[in-house]
Amino acid sequence: MTTPLKPIESYRNERKYPFCPGCGHGIILDKLNEALKRLQFDPHKTVIVSDIGCVGLSDQYFATNAFHGLHGRSVTYATGIKLANPELNVIVLMGDGGVGIGGHHVLNAARRNIGITVLVFNNMNFGMTGGEHSVTTPNGAHTATTPQGNPEQPLDIAATVTNNGASYVWRGSAFDKTLPDHLVEAIQTDGFALLDIWELCTAYFVPNNDFNKRLLEGMLSQVKSGSGVLHRAERPEYAQALYQFAAKQAGKPVLPHKPLPQKFAAAVDRKMHVVVAGAAGGKVRSAARLIGVAGVLSGLWATQRDDYPTTVKSGHSVSEVILSPGEIRFTGIERPDVLILLAPEAVRKVAHYLPQMTADAWFFVTPEFAHLETSAKKVILDAKAAGVRWPKLSAGFMAIAAMLLHTGLLPMEAFVEAVKTTQRPAIAEKNLATLTDVEKLVALLPKDNA
Amino acid sequence: MTREYIDGATAIARGALDAGCNFYAGYPITPATPILLHMARELPKVGGIAVEAEDEIAGIGMCIGSVMGGARAMTATSGPGISLYSENIGLAIMGETPLVIIDVQRMGPATGGATTSAQGDIQFIRWGTSGGYPIIALAPSSVAECYSLTRKAFDLAERFRCPVFLVVDKEMISSLATVELMTYEEVPVRERNIAPPARGTRDPRWRPEETYLPYSFEPVDAVQPLAQFGGPHIVRFTTSSHDEHGFLTKDATKVGRLNRHLDSKISQHNDEIEMGRLDRQDGADTLFIAYGTTARAMEEALSTARAEGHRVSALVVQSLWPVPERLLNEALRGVRRVIVAEQNLGQYRREIELVALRNAVRNETPPPSIEGLNRIGGEQIMPEEFLAQWEGGVA
Ligand SMILES: Cc1ncc(C[n+]2csc(CCOP(=O)(O)OP(=O)(O)O)c2C)c(N)n1
Ligand code: SF4
Ligand SMILES: [Mg+2]
Repeated sequence: MTTPLKPIESYRNERKYPFCPGCGHGIILDKLNEALKRLQFDPHKTVIVSDIGCVGLSDQYFATNAFHGLHGRSVTYATGIKLANPELNVIVLMGDGGVGIGGHHVLNAARRNIGITVLVFNNMNFGMTGGEHSVTTPNGAHTATTPQGNPEQPLDIAATVTNNGASYVWRGSAFDKTLPDHLVEAIQTDGFALLDIWELCTAYFVPNNDFNKRLLEGMLSQVKSGSGVLHRAERPEYAQALYQFAAKQAGKPVLPHKPLPQKFAAAVDRKMHVVVAGAAGGKVRSAARLIGVAGVLSGLWATQRDDYPTTVKSGHSVSEVILSPGEIRFTGIERPDVLILLAPEAVRKVAHYLPQMTADAWFFVTPEFAHLETSAKKVILDAKAAGVRWPKLSAGFMAIAAMLLHTGLLPMEAFVEAVKTTQRPAIAEKNLATLTDVEKLVALLPKDNA
Repeated sequence: MTREYIDGATAIARGALDAGCNFYAGYPITPATPILLHMARELPKVGGIAVEAEDEIAGIGMCIGSVMGGARAMTATSGPGISLYSENIGLAIMGETPLVIIDVQRMGPATGGATTSAQGDIQFIRWGTSGGYPIIALAPSSVAECYSLTRKAFDLAERFRCPVFLVVDKEMISSLATVELMTYEEVPVRERNIAPPARGTRDPRWRPEETYLPYSFEPVDAVQPLAQFGGPHIVRFTTSSHDEHGFLTKDATKVGRLNRHLDSKISQHNDEIEMGRLDRQDGADTLFIAYGTTARAMEEALSTARAEGHRVSALVVQSLWPVPERLLNEALRGVRRVIVAEQNLGQYRREIELVALRNAVRNETPPPSIEGLNRIGGEQIMPEEFLAQWEGGVA
């Protein structure tokens, strides 16, 4: 772990490269070794993350740490490694094939500006699998999968990351004598750095296209977005930004328990099932939650199960609450003791309960559902008749409050306490302000079925 | 007697935080998103990192990388996301990465029903990556168990250096339950076993750049301490079949031994993993079996049946993978009829059938009849349905 006193003469181990004669991979790796020698990094603090393909074999020839992962995903591992330990120097070696299958990760790493260095070993085809075309194969080029010449346009990965947040971008040839200098600069860059290194696959791309060093360099000189250093920018590095944010959060309570000690007493001596059925976006779930909280504050056990569509603010929203003097295992409801129906969207979801509900059960509805038949005691909440406001967003809250007030299922003080302990002050205040209207509404109800 | 009113997602997040989780990366998906939200809000407070990744592949990839960087990592998703995790689950198996994966099941196949409950991923998580090597999977059946089994998952991940799944569903994650604070089980979570610095002696098999052999398994089921990047050793992590140094090899003896290790480190230690709640009643010849949310209905049915004077035994399976064979054998002893309830078409029933048949052959006894109670429309299995099926068969 200690930095050696003697300079490190090579970051290569004794193993010989396995590549075909003339393959560009070995040339680039030698230059990477040269760059590392200049940087004199502690090999323990250096991780070479290799992708898949012939280039994916590369990490085995270095005496640093190595992470050899899945095809195209090297940048995700590198991101995780850097985030977990920002001290580490993380260098990704990936092919043009890897850039194709994992391009999404390259873009997002650039956008985040995570402090890793990506070397794209761009030999314009898949070497390992037999010379198929890749996202960087030039238009017209012959490969195993483009025998008539590639009809697709190549991806300019260097320009793409330049435009999407990278800190340092270079493009050039594997033969370029200045490559080690640029590798050093890239690795020393705080944020995301990428080098698009063009090279020869002597097994496939070269013979299939009569390709050579001269043609490669010629092509490089004609790329629209240019070659050499394409981009240098100073932007906050992602890992540092996250840790700075974390430092500001330090010491705040971590997901604290919210105990609800018993303060009230409720006359619930058996399991009571309460169903609140309204429209999504009508705050049904959060209002229903108050029943459970009030129940627990009254020494009961409570559960709540919600049913809603994938859209948040349209369709039905049905909450099923159980209150019980003993522990509740199953959170489902067979037949409600109290059903509150507030919106047409929910009728379909709860209509099947109505024939099953017995005379001791309660059915709270707004006047529009007064015609629905059931043996349960029907209570019509008629805001108009009571001369009170019935805003859509408060309907769930007001109906629940009215139900509790009328049935005496739970003490109102427990309900008020539930509002104060669970809701943000502004919302709690707004909700509690509706309680005078709720009282007016309940005052209108016939006392006989209370 | 102080209680709280809490959902499974909060309990899982708290379990993870209390277990020392300091890295989370994942992609939003209903019904797993609440876990991501909790971790994004809470992890920075403990100096940890939470990332909303660009997709599920990146999410699990970052997690695996972070573990090698020294983190304790967790990710959560639902069925469609597990599909995208698939290849990386294999990487975590191969690289022996301690990793906790929460699968909040939703109805499948494909996009299925995002807000609809199901238990359709049970075989998928076991066989969801190439090669067929084992993972561990736990299934809590209450909110309190969401907490304790998340801790257990972190513990087992460190013990066996493998992906450990916590399988839950929409009902478990988002339904609120009342939990007595005292009943939360503080399951011990072991520290990471980190490879110590090299001692004076040098193993002749070491390469110059190495000071220990990360993939030398003596005996074959032994789990090696983990060497993290930045520590005292140069480490090689690899997706490819490798020798004891972490170099690629096709040597059949070496590869065979590695793969045997990946299996036997778990399969030979099922006794450390097996978990379940067996509620045996003397004289009962029927056994109910369930796991996860469905177990809650089962327990309700059980108390009703017993209150009516019937004799029934019940088993809640908490460790689904590897199959808790010893526990199942114990539960099946003397039982003539088994009802296995699942929100799928009998994915776990087949495992129980296998155990029961093996048992029957070994003991030369007739196997019990094994029935499924299955629902796949998104509806919950009701307690009454257990009783109806049971009474239907009692005749
Ligand atoms: C998910 C997945 N799909 C396909 C493959 C097969 N495969 C191996 S290497 C490779 C292409 C590699 O090409 P490139 O990244 O350009 O590397 P090169 O061999 O040219 O160095 C492919 C497709 C794989 N390993 N994984
Ligand atoms: S196939 Fe191509 S990329 Fe692979 S080693 Fe040979 S020349 Fe290099
Ligand atoms: Mg290539």
